[in-house]
Formats: sequence, C-alpha cells, structure tokens
Amino acid sequence: MSYIVEMLHITKDFPGIRANDDITLQIEEKSIHALLGENGAGKSTLMSILFGLYQPDGGSIRVRGKEVKISDPNVATSLGIGMVHQHFKLVHNFTVTENIILGMEPHKGPVIDIRSAENKVEEISKLYGLAVDPRAKIEDISVSMQQRVEILKMLFRDAEILIFDEPTAVLTPQEIHELMQIMRRLVEEGKTILLITHKLKEIKEVADVCTVLRRGKLVGTVPVADTDEERMAEMMVGRQVSFHVEKGPAKPGEELLRIENLNVKNVKGLLGVRNLSLSVRAGEVLGLCGIDGNGQTELVQAITGLTKIESGKIFLRNINIANLSIKERTDLGLGHIPEDRQKHGLVLDFTLGENFIIHNYYEKPFANWGILNKKAILENAERLIREFDVRSGQGAMTPARAMSGGNQQKAIVAREIDRSPDVFIVVQPTRGLDVGAIEYIHKRIIAERDRGKAILLVSLELDEIMDVSDRIAVIYNGEIVGIVDAAATTENELGLMMSGALRKMHTAPQAVHA
Amino acid sequence: MTTRREKIVLPLIAVLLGFVLGSLIVALTGRSPLAMYAAIVKGFSGIDILNGQPLNSRYIGEFIIQAMPIILTGLSFAFASRTGLFSIGAEGQLMIGSLSATTVALLVRAPTVIHLPLVLLAAILGGALWGAIPGFLKARYNVHEVVVTIMMNYIALHFNNFVILNIFGSVDRVKTAPFPATALLKSPFLESITRNSRLNWGFIPVILALLIFAFIINKTTFGYSLRAVGYNKEAARYAGMKVNRNIIASMAIAGAFAGLAGAVITVGTFNFGRVIQSAEGYGFDGIAVALVGGNEAFGILLAGMLFGGLKAAQPLMQSQGIPREIAGIIQASIVLFVAMKFGIKMVLDKFERKQAPTTEGDRV
Amino acid sequence: MTFELLLQMFPIALMFSAPIILTALGGLFSERSGVVNIALEGIMMIGAFTGATVTVLLENSTPAAAWYGLLAGLLAGVVFSVLHAVASINLKADQVISGTALNILAGGLTVYLCQIIFHQQRTRAFSNGIQKFSVPGLSDIPVLGRMFFKEIYPTFYIAIAMVLITWFVVYKTPLGLRMRACGEHPQAAASMGIHVAKMRYFGVLVSGALGGLGGAVMVLTADIQYTLVSIHGTGFISLASLVFGKWNPFGVLGAGLFFGFSTALSFYAKDIKFLAGLPAEFFYILPYLLTIIALLFFAGKSVGPKAAGEIYDSGKR
Repeated sequence: MSYIVEMLHITKDFPGIRANDDITLQIEEKSIHALLGENGAGKSTLMSILFGLYQPDGGSIRVRGKEVKISDPNVATSLGIGMVHQHFKLVHNFTVTENIILGMEPHKGPVIDIRSAENKVEEISKLYGLAVDPRAKIEDISVSMQQRVEILKMLFRDAEILIFDEPTAVLTPQEIHELMQIMRRLVEEGKTILLITHKLKEIKEVADVCTVLRRGKLVGTVPVADTDEERMAEMMVGRQVSFHVEKGPAKPGEELLRIENLNVKNVKGLLGVRNLSLSVRAGEVLGLCGIDGNGQTELVQAITGLTKIESGKIFLRNINIANLSIKERTDLGLGHIPEDRQKHGLVLDFTLGENFIIHNYYEKPFANWGILNKKAILENAERLIREFDVRSGQGAMTPARAMSGGNQQKAIVAREIDRSPDVFIVVQPTRGLDVGAIEYIHKRIIAERDRGKAILLVSLELDEIMDVSDRIAVIYNGEIVGIVDAAATTENELGLMMSGALRKMHTAPQAVHA
Repeated sequence: MTTRREKIVLPLIAVLLGFVLGSLIVALTGRSPLAMYAAIVKGFSGIDILNGQPLNSRYIGEFIIQAMPIILTGLSFAFASRTGLFSIGAEGQLMIGSLSATTVALLVRAPTVIHLPLVLLAAILGGALWGAIPGFLKARYNVHEVVVTIMMNYIALHFNNFVILNIFGSVDRVKTAPFPATALLKSPFLESITRNSRLNWGFIPVILALLIFAFIINKTTFGYSLRAVGYNKEAARYAGMKVNRNIIASMAIAGAFAGLAGAVITVGTFNFGRVIQSAEGYGFDGIAVALVGGNEAFGILLAGMLFGGLKAAQPLMQSQGIPREIAGIIQASIVLFVAMKFGIKMVLDKFERKQAPTTEGDRV
Repeated sequence: MTFELLLQMFPIALMFSAPIILTALGGLFSERSGVVNIALEGIMMIGAFTGATVTVLLENSTPAAAWYGLLAGLLAGVVFSVLHAVASINLKADQVISGTALNILAGGLTVYLCQIIFHQQRTRAFSNGIQKFSVPGLSDIPVLGRMFFKEIYPTFYIAIAMVLITWFVVYKTPLGLRMRACGEHPQAAASMGIHVAKMRYFGVLVSGALGGLGGAVMVLTADIQYTLVSIHGTGFISLASLVFGKWNPFGVLGAGLFFGFSTALSFYAKDIKFLAGLPAEFFYILPYLLTIIALLFFAGKSVGPKAAGEIYDSGKR
C-alpha cells in the first residue's frame, strides 16, 4: 500500500482551542479521499497545514514516503500539492491568466510575457476539459468558471495532489455533477484528490475513502462503498441524526404578503428582479431557491426596505409598503432574519442585551424621554435568554462578538420571533451552524408557521428548502420560473428550474381575504 | 489581559514609551533630560526642583488654561470616534468657533448674563456647522472624512484671517480691538488667587462638556443609535436607523465641542480675535488626549491635564536650552505607541501564560 | 495678453506640479501594495528639511549642493517611512492614526533639529537651490518652447520620468503584478507564495523615497529655506491627486498638473482682470477647496485597491 501523502499524529492549537488533536491521515495515490466533518471540526485547518498555510504544533508529514516540512505554500507547491479554496482566492480585477500565473510569471527580461502565459493556460485547460476565457476579468465571469480558474492555478504548477475545500457550496446541482466528472477525469490523468466536505451525498457519489473528524479528533476512516449516509452522519455528529424536521401539514389561511410585478435594480444598475409576482399566506412556509446571484438578494432588500424599487407593489396584508421606510415596515408586522448575521443581524461590539433591543430601543420600557432604562433592558434580555436558550459567557452583558455562531443566530431568531411579526423573511438561517442548531432553528420556523405566520424562506441549501417549505418557488434571472409543492418535486426538477432549463408554474392558490 | 485592564495599562505604557523616546532624543542631541523633566514639573506646579522653589499657583493656573481647550478638542475627536468616524477637523472647527465668538463679542451689546452665553453659543454653532459639512459629504457622497477635514482646517485658517483683517479690521495685523468685558470668561477673582495667571471661568463649560459627553454616549437613546451606526453601519441600517442623519449629527456635535474650545481660548485666555499664522495644533493635541484617554470622559480629563502640563512647560524648556518642540515629539510618539496597541498587546500576551483551551461547539 | 500670461504661468505651474506628482506616485506604490499612507505630509517635511539643510551645509564646498540635497531628502524620506512601515505592517497599527502621528512627529522633529543645528526655528536660507535651465534646441520652438523647455526646472522632467517608470514597473513587471495582488487581495497573494509583508514594506519605502524627494524638490525650487509651514498641506493634496488620478500614474500626472496650475494662479491673479478683485486669501484657499471638490466627484466612482488600509493578519483566513 503506497501512500502518496501521510499526515501522522498532527496536532494544532489556536488560542483557546485545539483545532487538530492527534490526527493521522493516509492518502492513497490516484484516489478521491473525502474529509468529512461539521463546521469547526478541524478539516480546513488540517488541509491548511498540508498546504503550508499553518505549521503543526505536533506530528509529521510524509510525501511520497519522505518526511517533509511544509513551511509555506511555495514548499507545498514544489511538492506537487495544490488547494482550491472554499472562498476563492482570486484577485477580482485581474484577468484569468494573471490570476493563474501570479507568483510564477513567465517573463522576457523584466517584462511579463503575457502571450506565452495565455497559451499555456489554453493548453492546460484543453487537456483537462476546464473551459475558461484566458483574457476575461474575474469579476465578469461566472462562479463555476471562477472555480475552474482555481483548479487551473494548481494544474499550472504541476500539482498532483489536489485539495478541494467545500467546492460545491456555490454550485447548482448540474454544476456539481460537472465538477464530479472533472474530478474523475483528473484522477484518470493520475492526480490524487482530497475532498473536504460536509455533504454526504457527494461523498457517496464520488469518493473512494472517507475520513471523519469531530471536534478536532479523528473518528475513523471508512471505505465509502461499504458505508451508508446514516452511518457517516452518526460518525460526524456523534449521535443519531434526523435529517428531516418533524412537521404536520400546513394549514394556510389568508394571504399576508403579495408582491406584484416587482422590478428592482441591482448594484450594477441592471434589473435584478424582473416583473416578479409572489404570494405567501398565513400558516405556510414558501421556500425561495435559486443559484446565488439570481435576484434573491435584491428581492429581499426590496421587501424589507433596504433598496428602492423601480416599479411594482408589495402588499403587507392590504397595505402597499413599497415606498415605506424600514421602520414603518417593521412596525406594520414585517420581520427579517438577515442573510449575514454578523454584518447585518448584530452589532458585534454591543452586548447581547443591547442587541436584543435594536428595533425598539427608543420605546418604553427601554427608554423614557430619550434616556435608556438599563434595568428594563436587562430584564428583557434575561427573559429572551431563558425562553430561547441562548448561551453566552456573561449572559446579557456578553459582547455579541464573543458568542458562538449558533448562539448568535439564536439571539437574532429570538429577537425577531419575540416581536411577533405577521410576515417573516428568513434568509440563510442556518449557514455555518452545526446540526444541533440547525434542528432547533428549523423547529422554530415550523412553530411560527403553525402559529399562523407567513414565512418566506430564502436559502441556497436545497435540502433545507425541500425539508422545511410547504411550497417552493424557484428564482432564475430575476423571475419566478416555477412554483411547486414541496412534497411533489425532486431535487433534479428544482435544479433544472434553477438553471433556467425548465419552467413550471403551479396554479396559484386562490387568495383568501379576510 | 481583560479589556478593562487593557484600557488603562496600554495607554500608560504608551505614555511611558513616549517619554523614554523623548528623553533619548534630548540626550542624543546633547541636552539634559533632567532639565526637561524639571521644566515639566515646574510647568504643572511651579515647583522648581533644581532651584528649590515651592508650589506656585500661577503655574497651576496656566497649566489649567492650557488643558482646557485640548480637553474639548479631545472630546471632539472622541465623540466622532465613538461613532465610527475619524475627524481631524477640530483645528478648523475651533478656528470657526473662535471667529464666531469674536463676531458676537464685537458686534453685540448686552449685559454679561446675555452676552457671554451668546458668545459661547455662537462658537458652538459655528463649530457644529464646520463639522456638519464633512459629515454631510461623508454621509451623502461617501467622501472619506480624513482628507476633507484636513482641507477644511486650512480653509478655516485663511477664512478667519480674511474676516479679521478685512471685516473687523486690525491695527497691527495680528489682533482685533479688545472685546467688551461682558463677553469675557475672564475672572479677576480667579486671577487674584492664582497670582495673575490667566485662569478663567472657562473650566465650567469644560466640566459641563465632559458630563454632557458621557451622558449622551452612555445613557441616551441618541447615543445608542450613534454607537450602533459607528460600530456597524449596515446592521444599524437593517434595524431601521437613519444612518446618514446620525453621521451628520455626530460630526456636528464633535464640531460643537471644538467650537467651544475656540471660545474658551478667545474670550478666556485672550480678549481679542486673532490673525492665525499657522495651525496651532489644538486639533492634534485633542487626538492625543482622546486616544490616551481611551475615548472616555474621565480618561480625557486626565490625559488633557497631562498634555496641558506638557504644553505649559514648553517655554520653560526653551529657556533651559531644550527646543520646545520636544513636547510635540513626545506627544506624537505617545499617539504612535497607542496606535500600535495591537502590536504591544501581542508582545504582552507572549509574556502572559496561554489560556486553557475551552470547549467549542461551533465556530463562525 | 491672456495668452502671454498663460505662457508665463506654465513653467511656474510645472514647478509646483513636480513635487505633487512625485509624492503622489509614492502614495501610489504604498496604496497599491495595501498600505494607506496619510504620512506623506510628514515625509515631505522630512525630505524638505533634509534637502534644505544639506544644501546649506554643502553650499560652500560644491556647486552641486542642491543635487546632494535632493538625494539626501530622498534617503531621509526612506528612513522616516520605515516608522510607518513597522507601525502598520508589523505592529498592526491603525494606518490613519499612525500616519497622523507621524505627520506631527515630522513637524516636531524637523523644527527641533533646526533649533539644534541653526539655533532658530527654521533652516538658514541657502543661496542656490536647483537652477532653472533651458533645453538646447527645443527651447527655441515657438509657444511649446516657452511652455516646456525654456527656463524650466529639471525637477519637472524627473517627475515625468518617474511617471513612466512607475507605469512600467506597476503594470508590466512581475513585481508590479504581485504588489497589486497584495493591495487587492492579500490572502490570494499569500496563497500563491508571495510574501505580503515584504511587498508592503517595498511599497511604503518607495513612498518614503518619492515623498522625501518631492519635499526636497519643493523647498529647493520654490523656496529659500525650510520652515514649519513649507509644505502646508501639499502632502494631502498629493493624496487627493492619487484619488483624483484613480491610482494610475498618468491620472496622477494629470491631477498633479491641475493642482500645480491652481497654485500658480494665486501669483498671476492680479494680472487677470476678473480675478484681480478677489482677496489674497481666496487664492490661498483655492487648492484646498479644489481638493475637496475633486474628492467629491471622484470618491464615489473611483475605487482604490480593495484591501488598502486593512490590517493583514496572516493568522486569519
């Protein structure tokens, strides 16, 4: 058994946490080896060590049988190790070629030889079937082409061991398929692939071996063909996991949110939302799915009031809120759990208690005549902490920055649910959270649904959409191209709609007015 | 190191390092650091350790009047800073405040009980206006406030001189006619108990300003929203706060503090309007005071007194053969060291033991 | 009559433009590598002080004293900028605060040294700064000759040469590509094996050299000595030129010329009928006002290097 890479008894500490605890990983040549674990399990750290971005505090690494010290990415590259990062490391206003040759530029004297660089890029891209436009700027090309550029960066440097860090997070089901094919082709050409992921389906589809990490420790290494998804999930989480939230059938009532012929411009000045119409009723969850960048962001911003619209109407109950301020909309019963909890949902430098009152800090009992009532603020925070089980180091006085991602999200959910809005816009509510937190949040969404709220769930995770929604709308290129019952559709069908290949409008339910 | 302790220890280390650096420069250029420290002690208190002279209240009075305007410009920078803005415009806002005070002092006839408050009010409003302009440009057009406020400082300087020379007229091209007594903060009483220093009632507005600063920032809904916008503009916007309005309000209030400083100088220390040759440095002094004071009212009070004493000691240093600029060098070094706080913190943390690993469920 | 005035004004305007262009190019290197350099004002002061001092001290020994002064100013700028580099890159200081402190430090340090060396708060006046010259042959061309080649300071040509060199280095060489990557996306650069801190040191030190040179040029062509107010905000005007010029060498050239002309205007205003009535202070204010207006029009639209001003922490991902 010849291993091309061995990571033996690797330990790595960061301040306050042991990210890798005595992990041993052995990779066979010409295989696809998956590294499975939840967020924070330590997989990215381990691979960063292999790529030379970090140094291990303990243990050793062997490449092709020889012990090596990978002190920086240059050394990793010279050993034939390359990494496709989860968050692409591409310079947005450089061309494809410039990004690929950065650090290894072919040159004639002092000048970069861009011509020969472009030729080599074209050569490699043809050899491995990775179509790119060498002269295009990164900011102008699609996400999946950007990913191909990341792969080409490695192949340009003759990498033989390719590490893929969560590569499918930004792709449609069809593009994921294509990526799997590219991976198989790379292995045929003699490469070895390390796949970091938490998506069990993909592991089953393409990997040969899977190593599972949990909280920094090695749980085990299993052959993929002989292990089912349930077993892998159990290894990943440490207990039996239910993938589906328990829910009874929806009992939809009157229409609470209606969007008519909405047109919204995006940051580039083009129409991000085109002539869009949508309806959400009380007591149902309408899931909105689509590839990132097809208008979801602009739609949410238009509904919540962050962006001005070009034309159209947005009815909350029977009031057109399209031109009202954010404050007016929230006062009328619109709730919003934003996409990026740290950027939009919380003021990280405020305490937990201060964050809870961000919508109504100026109202009684929190303030009187413009002066804050610290006691009332504290009592409110303690109540919410109890009710929603929000955990933090110092209770209401904890700076939000010091809380874990899951608890930060719980705090936002608590704050928004407590205000009891009639219509809830929930965007990417479980991004970056572990399975336990995901379960909790899905349960609360269903609970709100059952209390008669109308919920618009916007998410890039198809599994989440399919699991939690009652009806599903698909957005493509700023338009709704399909509305289907969640129970009646398949991932494949949704994927086709998301990439614009299929349109399927379910007959809209009759609006029921009070 | 806890954040509480950080707030006190780090500025102290910076102050220490600044003085060490200053002493080094003095020694390297052949002058006596001891003479420098003696001058500083004398500047604060009148006590002359080299010649054995005792406490002299005149020096105390003089050091207080040096501290007063820079406490105010310190509040100006700190207020903007707490709300996420970097305002270097206190120098210009002070000049406009001073000009406004001069205008009301010379043009209005009224008894003291009306005249003086009007003078102060004019200064506050003038400074607020001068601060609101860059605030508006930032809020509406996203023009970075740093270069704009610096440009406004130069514009204020020349504008002030233009008005003084051409509108109010000046015999010697340096100062205007003296102000009527009803416009002044001056106090014969205070002068008499401090052996004819220039100590005046200005310290009352200064103390009020400190209290108002602390009150607004920490206890009011207004302060809450300003802080929210300063910490995270986007989240504040998502919560429905009016971000632009807050930015302008914040810069205006910062300008108001600086404008008041202009009044304290013009109708307190002096009693006439002045033609200004070049920026006198109150703005930057304020930055030093705010940074060392941790942007908190009490810290600003202490830091203001420290740097005020340093300023008062300058002529004493000069007479000992030590170029007075050493005070500015020390001050700038202190600010530099405070700015490097992350770096200093890194070094300090290396000396402290590592914390025990905590359990971690998930990380963002 | 007005055309004649324009011809006279040209060489003066070019004289004022040269230091702005040089310093702004320095700022370009610094910001393109990812470090905001507010300390350009202070660097210019250090360069001006050193240039004036060296010139005065060498005057009696060599006719090329002023050229030694320029060189000294350049070197002094490099040394001073090391402080900004260490503070911003190694010690992770807030770059705006660090830059502001360095400006004040420069002011204090230069006058302090004037007191030590010359026993007054300014340098002693030198007799011969950089001399004007006329390009043989080209200076006889009608119109263009008087604008660009007759009785002109050679420092302007140095500035033009630097514009071309900057363009070449930044856009055509591997060094330039890597430097720009550090300013746009340092994590990407690091993942390709580029040493980000080293690149940023390079950018800051070059800005020290060009800023120091710019300051020395300013005092040795437009003045007779160094005082605390010799630079009076020109470093910040250079920064504005950088924004105005969209971080591009040729844009910087244009912006620098623009500001140079607005400064020259104050000398010729009394000869231009509709400007003669305006008070002197109006012309003092003009460059600063134009700077604000320039920023207003260009701040929203032009985008600087994406990661400029952000503290790069190699530990974070």
